[in-house]
Amino acid sequence: MSPRRIAVVGASAAGLAAAEALRRFGWTGTLTLVGDEPHPPYDRPPLSKQLLQGAWQPDKLHLRAAEQLDALGLDLRLGTRATGLDTATRTLTLDGGERLACDGVIVATGVAARTLPAAAGLDGVHTLRTLDDALALKERLSGTGHRLVVVGNGVLGCEAAAVARELGHEVTLVGREALPMARTVGTEIGELLAAEHRERGVQLRTAAVDGFEADGDGPARHVSAVRLADGTRLPADTVLVAIGSEPAVGWLHGDPALDTTDGLRCDAYCAAAPGVYAAGDVARWQHPVHGRHLRVEHRMNATEQGMAAARNLLAELEETLPGDEALAPAAGRERRPFTPVPYFWSDQYGLKLQAYGVLSGADRSETTVLDPDARKAVALYGSDGQATGVLAIGVPPRQVRGLRALIATPVPWEEAREGLHNARA
Amino acid sequence: MNITLDADKCCAAGQCVLIAPEVFDQRDEDGIVVLLDAAPPADQHDAVREAAAICPAAVIKVDE
Ligand SMILES: Cc1cc2nc3c(=O)[nH]c(=O)nc-3n(C[C@H](O)[C@H](O)[C@H](O)COP(=O)(O)OP(=O)(O)OC[C@H]3O[C@@H](n4cnc5c(N)ncnc54)[C@H](O)[C@@H]3O)c2cc1C
Ligand code: SF4
Repeated sequence: MSPRRIAVVGASAAGLAAAEALRRFGWTGTLTLVGDEPHPPYDRPPLSKQLLQGAWQPDKLHLRAAEQLDALGLDLRLGTRATGLDTATRTLTLDGGERLACDGVIVATGVAARTLPAAAGLDGVHTLRTLDDALALKERLSGTGHRLVVVGNGVLGCEAAAVARELGHEVTLVGREALPMARTVGTEIGELLAAEHRERGVQLRTAAVDGFEADGDGPARHVSAVRLADGTRLPADTVLVAIGSEPAVGWLHGDPALDTTDGLRCDAYCAAAPGVYAAGDVARWQHPVHGRHLRVEHRMNATEQGMAAARNLLAELEETLPGDEALAPAAGRERRPFTPVPYFWSDQYGLKLQAYGVLSGADRSETTVLDPDARKAVALYGSDGQATGVLAIGVPPRQVRGLRALIATPVPWEEAREGLHNARA
Repeated sequence: MNITLDADKCCAAGQCVLIAPEVFDQRDEDGIVVLLDAAPPADQHDAVREAAAICPAAVIKVDE
């Protein structure tokens, strides 16, 4: 009999959390961790903050020290892509053609940066998702006096614009939304962010990007301007395209048992098929409390969901492999629905924005600006008469933690409003 | 059990405090983690391990 094996695909935050949890919860069989990047697991949020700014060197981003990884006893395959999964036989295929028979698989392949077709082969146009992307952009912005156009005014674009400004570059932030991050946080918080970016000297534009202009030929073609749909030309020597991401599910398309529309669709236990679970940015699971499928691209969720997927996979295997030595006996191993209170933060200049719960899809929101000059505000988001999310900007993080309890589960709108008032008083 | 922190990596998410409030706290002004007990009693160990695993900035290191 071949040795028992669990494979985790994607060697980043969610994949690492899953691998660690599998060991902690009792998996003693082979544990394969496959990641297509050459680097050991590293953290992404600092890429658009401390790394880009130059405050941290890349090794500070490693999620675990070498000896901590060694202690997990992994069959670690870095620089290796998974190219297919047959869920019926739980066979994983790697890019070298190797086929791995698995007892369980956890899919944690995250998302990939979306780009613009016109950017292909153009020097000076960047995306920001991986360490290599961030190092390339940082290198590009070394020295002073660059003209950077950031295409996309979501979280990533705003953070990168802030850092580039602090480094002294000329920065224009272009987005289809009228205000920074407005699609996520609404108009009023968007206005505060816009005011902060303007005051720091970032040019804000609302426009669709039509294409790029370039100097030179062939591989030396270098971006010289960004062209907007209305014909305006924004001169640029560097462009960051930050227009969102696509779930990395292409490698799963061959299997008809999987639904890969907008991420890998899972049930409330993070299961996509028998023995196949998903976690992190790639997973779209049924949140039992919110009663709908969510896909959450936040750092905190990657770890929590990695742990949940690991626990649930082992609980399932316990039923199919009773008494197998690959699965050390453990108390309390049972499948549990994954019901997190989502959390995310963003840092721009000295401002910290923190949010709990679900903001997306809100049909109402209410913002209280506590101090316009200090950009201090709290906001509540909800739908169908229920409050589902809360956000604070410029408020000390310790205070914000208290707001979590308000919307840990959806509550009637008025109740949450009152709670928010009392918390502020 | 011995806990060490790489506190300048902390992003002030406060998860450690939610999970193990007797061991971790946050600074008032910026939310950076504060260690209340570097060698907590045995009944705290599971919570500390979970906090270390869940911390979104890999700040908490546990030696056992
Ligand atoms: C620049 C930046 C800043 C961010 N800032 C914040 C922030 O401030 N706050 C916040 O809450 N969140 C932030 N995030 C989001 C957060 O980083 C993600 O939610 C988190 O990284 C998701 O982890 P993951 O493991 O699910 O996916 P990923 O980190 O995307 O990892 C997936 C891994 O799988 C690999 N992979 C993909 N396909 C395959 C394959 N077929 N075979 C093998 N390997 C594969 C990928 O190369 C990648 O290494 C930020 C993200 C970025 C990019
Ligand atoms: S969980 Fe980690 S990042 Fe969050 S406050 Fe604690 S130590 Fe800091």
